[in-house]
Amino acid sequence: MTNSWNDIKNADVVLIMGGNAAEAHPCGFKWVVEAKANNGAKLIVVDPRFTRSAAVSDLYAPIRPGTDIAFLSGLMRYLLGNGKIHQEYVKSFTNASYIVKEGFKFEDGLFTGYDESKKNYVDRSTWDYEFDEQGMAKVDETLQNPRCAINLLKAHVERYTPEMVERICGTPKDKFLKVCELIATTANGERSMTSLYALGWTQHTTGAQNIRSMAMIQLLLGNMGIPGGGVNALRGHSNVQGITDFALLSTSTPGYLVLPTEKETTYADYMKSRGFKPIRPGQTSFWQNYGKFFVSQQKSLFGAAATKENDWAYDYLPKFDTAYDVLKMVDMMAGGQMNGLFCQGLNVMMAAPNKAKVQAGLSKLKWLVIIDPLETETAHFWENHGEFNNVDPKAIQTEVFQLPTTAYAEDEGSFTNSSRVIQWHWKAVDGPGESRSDIQIIADLHSRLRALYSKEGGAFPDPIVNTTWNYAKPAHPDPVELLKEINGYALADLPDPADPSKVMLKAGQLLPGFAVMRDDGTTSGACWIYTGVYTEAGNMAMRRDASDPTGLGIHPNWGFSWPANRRILYNRASADPAGKAWSERKKYITWNGSRWVGGDVPDYAPTVAPDKSVGPFIMNQEGTARLFSRTAMPDGPFPEHYEPMDAFIVNPLHPKVTTNPVVRVFAADTKSFGTPDKFPIVATSYRLAEHFHYWTKNVHDNAVVQPEMFVEMGERLAKAKGIKNGDWVEVSSQRGMIKAKASVSKRIRPIMVDGKPCDVVGLPIHYGFIGLTRKSYPLNTLTPPVGDASTNTPEYKAFLVDVKKTTPPASQPAVA
Amino acid sequence: MSVMQALDLRRRSASSVPAPAAGKPAAVPVAKLIDVSKCIGCKACQTACLEWNQLDQPIGYTDGTYNNPTDLTTASWTVMRYTEYEHGDDLEWLIRKDGCMHCDDPGCLKACPAPGAIVQYTNGIVDFISDNCIGCGYCVKGCPFNIPRISQVTSKAYKCTLCSDRVVVGQAPACAKACPTQAIYFGTKEDMIAHAGKRITDLKSRGYQNAGLYNPPGVNGTHVMYVLQHADKPSLYAGLPDNPQISPLVGIWKGVMKPLSLAAIAFAGAFGLMHYVTKGPNRVTEHDEEKAAEVAGSEKA
Repeated sequence: MTNSWNDIKNADVVLIMGGNAAEAHPCGFKWVVEAKANNGAKLIVVDPRFTRSAAVSDLYAPIRPGTDIAFLSGLMRYLLGNGKIHQEYVKSFTNASYIVKEGFKFEDGLFTGYDESKKNYVDRSTWDYEFDEQGMAKVDETLQNPRCAINLLKAHVERYTPEMVERICGTPKDKFLKVCELIATTANGERSMTSLYALGWTQHTTGAQNIRSMAMIQLLLGNMGIPGGGVNALRGHSNVQGITDFALLSTSTPGYLVLPTEKETTYADYMKSRGFKPIRPGQTSFWQNYGKFFVSQQKSLFGAAATKENDWAYDYLPKFDTAYDVLKMVDMMAGGQMNGLFCQGLNVMMAAPNKAKVQAGLSKLKWLVIIDPLETETAHFWENHGEFNNVDPKAIQTEVFQLPTTAYAEDEGSFTNSSRVIQWHWKAVDGPGESRSDIQIIADLHSRLRALYSKEGGAFPDPIVNTTWNYAKPAHPDPVELLKEINGYALADLPDPADPSKVMLKAGQLLPGFAVMRDDGTTSGACWIYTGVYTEAGNMAMRRDASDPTGLGIHPNWGFSWPANRRILYNRASADPAGKAWSERKKYITWNGSRWVGGDVPDYAPTVAPDKSVGPFIMNQEGTARLFSRTAMPDGPFPEHYEPMDAFIVNPLHPKVTTNPVVRVFAADTKSFGTPDKFPIVATSYRLAEHFHYWTKNVHDNAVVQPEMFVEMGERLAKAKGIKNGDWVEVSSQRGMIKAKASVSKRIRPIMVDGKPCDVVGLPIHYGFIGLTRKSYPLNTLTPPVGDASTNTPEYKAFLVDVKKTTPPASQPAVA
Repeated sequence: MSVMQALDLRRRSASSVPAPAAGKPAAVPVAKLIDVSKCIGCKACQTACLEWNQLDQPIGYTDGTYNNPTDLTTASWTVMRYTEYEHGDDLEWLIRKDGCMHCDDPGCLKACPAPGAIVQYTNGIVDFISDNCIGCGYCVKGCPFNIPRISQVTSKAYKCTLCSDRVVVGQAPACAKACPTQAIYFGTKEDMIAHAGKRITDLKSRGYQNAGLYNPPGVNGTHVMYVLQHADKPSLYAGLPDNPQISPLVGIWKGVMKPLSLAAIAFAGAFGLMHYVTKGPNRVTEHDEEKAAEVAGSEKA
């Protein structure tokens, strides 16, 4: 979240699209209810189904799964065409006026630089600004130049008329326009809209571009950095923000640093592209500090073994050739390229798409280690569970080790929630049986591996034997020790920059913030954005002061919000260029003549005057936010509608380029995609409020309130197929077949797409063959093995199926 | 919101209650307010109810709707009922938390022939006292909302207690505590009516012209009330009675029928005694045991 859960209460309009907050985040949804009850907010829900969120909405619009970019581009067209943008904000705080290179073009569904044979944009050199001799981006503040980013954007979205939106999305034109009108009421400094999304936007081959579309809309409306605004990802686990911050992507290291590629063989090579010099006068360009964060991280990892002479142990880091995400791992397993797999807190048999492929992959492993508090389908993938998991155990030789862990209430540690707030949790009870904490298991594994490498050597034992491991109990590090290590220490006495004769921090003291990190090896810190969470003043994650002096839901002394305890990111943008609040209603951080003041921590040094024209978007070299994204996105500087890989229609915008041209499709999967002649129904998957992923099917009361798998369908489809509520239905895709009970509902509205009826079915993800709920075929039997062009998040939210009435599953035989 | 108070009796089934001691402050009537317009149907209230009351509801099957369990049971004292209401192009998904309404004039209590099996406290809560229940099912007939369920295993009637055990120590009912969206409020009835008024104003401003409070006069009001978007049509909400009344049969039973019935009971007792004297005691056969196990099983499964 750029803002926070609590801040939702300040919104005047709440848009839930690409998520279903009431269903998947019922506790956080209280803030939406709060905004409605006490701030007069209007709730808009755009979703393929009339959801639990829609049940309490003011305005609902249906949409075909996988067409969000068309909808949002239509919305951008509406805002730009009707003058419903926050002009001064857009001019001052975005790259609207920047002049884009002459050669940049978009034609027939492709941006410049595409190589058909490589299925990639190999030459992205035109995806940039014109620069002057000083290396500064050229701008036209009159916005007259047709090459200004905002003019190119206008031209780009011009095709997304309300009629085109209806044709692609199936959203009736009048509903679409009502949504546009309500959203447009926030195009000023007086009112704000918050955007709440989750996996409904990420789990598409255009996932990152879905979110980017909303970021652009919020910029056009001036809704970034202000109370009740922002682009807010509602995270699905209590600590999934934490795992993301600690290198969720295989090509990252903690704190959103980047793992070197195999082409960056030296530290100097690696840093060459990480200078991040400002490209507009006077800008902060905060990533200029990259080296300080990197060196501190290396010192944290390797301690005394990381020296200036060995480039801070740069050679210890793995250099990647390609991304090793879960899809890639499954592909390698299925291709016989992997021997073993550690599955820690992941039920890959349910969580990765195309169950048949996952099953085949796990069956080819020599060993599989399960580290989990619960019995999972993955741990039992080799068991025959009748038609729900019809395998021959004799034919599977994989050796499975189950290491039971404690669950969250059985150990202490920290959680980072969607608001970026790090909160400590305390142990309530001992774990059952032989369970041990994840930390203990990994620590034990490390010490055994380290002993082996110390004794036997090997090709390159250095990174393992030199890993910093100075915990009081090496086999059982204390979570407190770990949080301190994450925060970081001074490794030598640090002089005060204001008066070098004074010592600011003594060696061994905890760092007060990332601003004191250095690239000379005198500071350590595992994840720079977390620095400040555990200081000499104590464990900030343990703070539980609920006071809120401004009444804006900031709660500055509750836990610690990264970075720097900032609750709303880009909050400089809550004031106009002169530092005055856009409006009294949305007053947040303002310039009082000598300082930035307000209830939150300002984006940059509080004494930098607004006349220095330092932009709020300090992580960009421009200091402004990007309507045109330069080369950051692999599928283009502007979002574009592409059909899901299981395409329901030929793309009416560019029939030759129907799907995202840069998605990665493995050779083994080229025949894995369905076509509408065989699979004429659009399917989407989702979670239910009654369950949490694949966990709570093990809990009696959760199983009581949603006991069994079902498939939701509209009345039009049910009638055509002769299906009644509660009938057994076969749902098939190019990947496989499942059976589920029919749930016939008015809540899936009959829509028309490109002139033909489009029927949507919805399938919950929770049910499997382990647990207390009724045994079921895992839903991922149906889903396609392909991911987002940017992140490779699997496309679970839009695929093609067929449905027909069928017989109940045979009663399953006893476990093999 | 704390309404800590002693659970003094106001009414007791098939018996009379002594007048409260002079000088003792009267308990304040309490109420639970369920704001249907804020309810997302997450069923946190259902699981909270199961947990607080330590109820063992068996895992069932889906019937193709979100109603799970599909009806109130002896263990599920509250269930969500989902209604898809289509009007013109628009759709509403009306989600009502069903359970005992705690009528101020409780038909169950009035119908109950077992002394002290149903009581009403001075704060308005209507409670079933299992030890005194004879499982006759008259409360089911007396209830205008079809709430009590009779166990085939224990032959007792069960329903929501409004967490009288929590209320007595100043806590809100478990469902209100668990509700993530504050769709369930608990407090004095007066405060709840005032709060409902604000919610109704908000709903009217959003175009729900017939928004209103459900506090039906036919049972002298209830201690569980709803804020409804369409208060003119309560029956839209999964058959919530438009104008609930205690069945006239209850009045007949209490008036004309009562002496006759008592005579019948006395006769039955005398007949039973004669039967015992002439035929000896009843024996439980193996068949009876099997049948009982079957019934217990079906209630569990």
